[in-house]
Amino acid sequence: MSEAPAAPRTASADPHPAPGIDLLLRPPRPRAGWRLLPARVIAMCAVELQKLRHDRTELYTRAVQPALWLLIFGQTFTRIKAIPTGGIPYVDYLAPGIIAQSAMFIAIFYGIQIIWERDAGILNKLLVTPTPRSALITGKAFAAGVKSLIQAVVVILIAALLGVVLTWNPLKLLGVAAIVVLGSAFFSCLSMSIAGIVLNRDRLMGFGQAITMPLFFGSNALYPVSVMPGWLQAVSKVNPLSYQVDALRGLLLGTHAHVGLDFAVLLVAAALGITAASSLLGRLAR
Amino acid sequence: MTRNADTGQAGAVTCTGLAYAFGETNAVDGLELSVAEGEVFGLLGPNGAGKTTAIRCITTLLPVPAGMVQVFGHDAAKDRMAVRRLLGYVPQQLSADAGLTGRENVALFARVFDVPRGERAERVGQALAAVGLTDAADRLTGTYSGGMVRRLELAQALVSAPRLLILDEPTIGLDPIARTGVWDHINAVRAATGMTVLVTTHYMDEADQYCDRVALMHRGRIRALGTPDELREGLGERRRAEGAAATDPLPTLEDVFRDVAGSGLDDQAGGFRDVRSTRRTAHRVG
Repeated sequence: MSEAPAAPRTASADPHPAPGIDLLLRPPRPRAGWRLLPARVIAMCAVELQKLRHDRTELYTRAVQPALWLLIFGQTFTRIKAIPTGGIPYVDYLAPGIIAQSAMFIAIFYGIQIIWERDAGILNKLLVTPTPRSALITGKAFAAGVKSLIQAVVVILIAALLGVVLTWNPLKLLGVAAIVVLGSAFFSCLSMSIAGIVLNRDRLMGFGQAITMPLFFGSNALYPVSVMPGWLQAVSKVNPLSYQVDALRGLLLGTHAHVGLDFAVLLVAAALGITAASSLLGRLAR
Repeated sequence: MTRNADTGQAGAVTCTGLAYAFGETNAVDGLELSVAEGEVFGLLGPNGAGKTTAIRCITTLLPVPAGMVQVFGHDAAKDRMAVRRLLGYVPQQLSADAGLTGRENVALFARVFDVPRGERAERVGQALAAVGLTDAADRLTGTYSGGMVRRLELAQALVSAPRLLILDEPTIGLDPIARTGVWDHINAVRAATGMTVLVTTHYMDEADQYCDRVALMHRGRIRALGTPDELREGLGERRRAEGAAATDPLPTLEDVFRDVAGSGLDDQAGGFRDVRSTRRTAHRVG
């Protein structure tokens, strides 16, 4: 065995971070306090839109159910004329209810998503960034709103194709968008709050199933409050979905509605939801 | 290397009397730890030794119920946002979002660390280049191999120019070549940026090869501390004093580990969730 030194290996195999790492040496300057929240909300919404751009499957599959509601349930009940709608065709009456319903179904999924992100380590990583828990939840809530909004556009198009007469007034449509976002923010926070309590995907799925239908049937989405039995009217009164549907009807169809009150209720509900979900988020970090 | 025992000058990480209990189990039990600026510090120990819990206290994911944790002089319990701005964190699980491209995954972290828009694309590009993922940057992360996901996570952590990089089992479940690749990139980045690295690992060979100093943790406390050479020689001397032949081979770090941890098996510790998440990681790596 010769003792001769091996030929010097040229630069061996180690990777070179050489070409320009100057920016990685300089920490970014923190944003001023009040600008932090909108920045985080935009970051979360951007992620949601990017995901949707890569995979639109969910957008299509989630359009099936509302289409069936409008096509089958809506058309049939329009012919039966069993539900007092204040003089408009039932399918018109139903359309805002289905928009609200499909937005709620998307939002209710967010609790499952946050548990999945916890299990995958994604949540922990986000919690170690300069993002207060309330900002993270607000970001997620608005991301749910953005996703619901895209869904709402799909349902509105389906409804328009079925001959539902909707408003095209841009101001009113802006109001519709705001209502959909606020409603989804509330329902996603409701779901994320439950996630913070049950901490487990299977249990949360059960809860999700258990609450979505009562929320839907215990609202004015399918029939007016006036035909409900007294106890159900009481449920409907505290159900944010009812206020969402009421506002959507008022804005889209021009029926009599309490849009101001609806906005206020949804705003308060979303704020309460964000507070509750933020304070329970710590349980998911453990 | 700067030691800062009693000088009062802040090291990268200082834990004093840190304790954390899950119910009856004292996961961390009076931990004293001091990581100097600029070193690669390895935290070793069997499953359930309390490594991950300690890491979670340092990263502000868990509260600090007893004792004190400081990161570059900032209290991890009181000054969470300041601590988080100094940290890059790679959790045990492979935590990249499979529905986004590599570039989008890194861009999210640039956003939540307040990188201004004008600088974002370039900074993200530099972080991806530093881990050798420029060519794969626009592919969905779902198509990445385990080693690539780990490198992407490294890029996510680097994009904010952290002063302290915390890696929890960075090479778990990776094949030997991917392990070397991940470490090569950690070392290259560290050489270029001078950042402090705190790493937990089960792999003694990695600790021996890559860490400046290691601490062996068992039952919530540090039982041995020093450079890998110091620890091996220490055990060798003790064995010779106990009558081992001077010609016996120098103990390996694994021998030191066995000496500290006993059999290394501890049925009470290393919760089911730990094992499960490790398995899941291994499964995702394939």
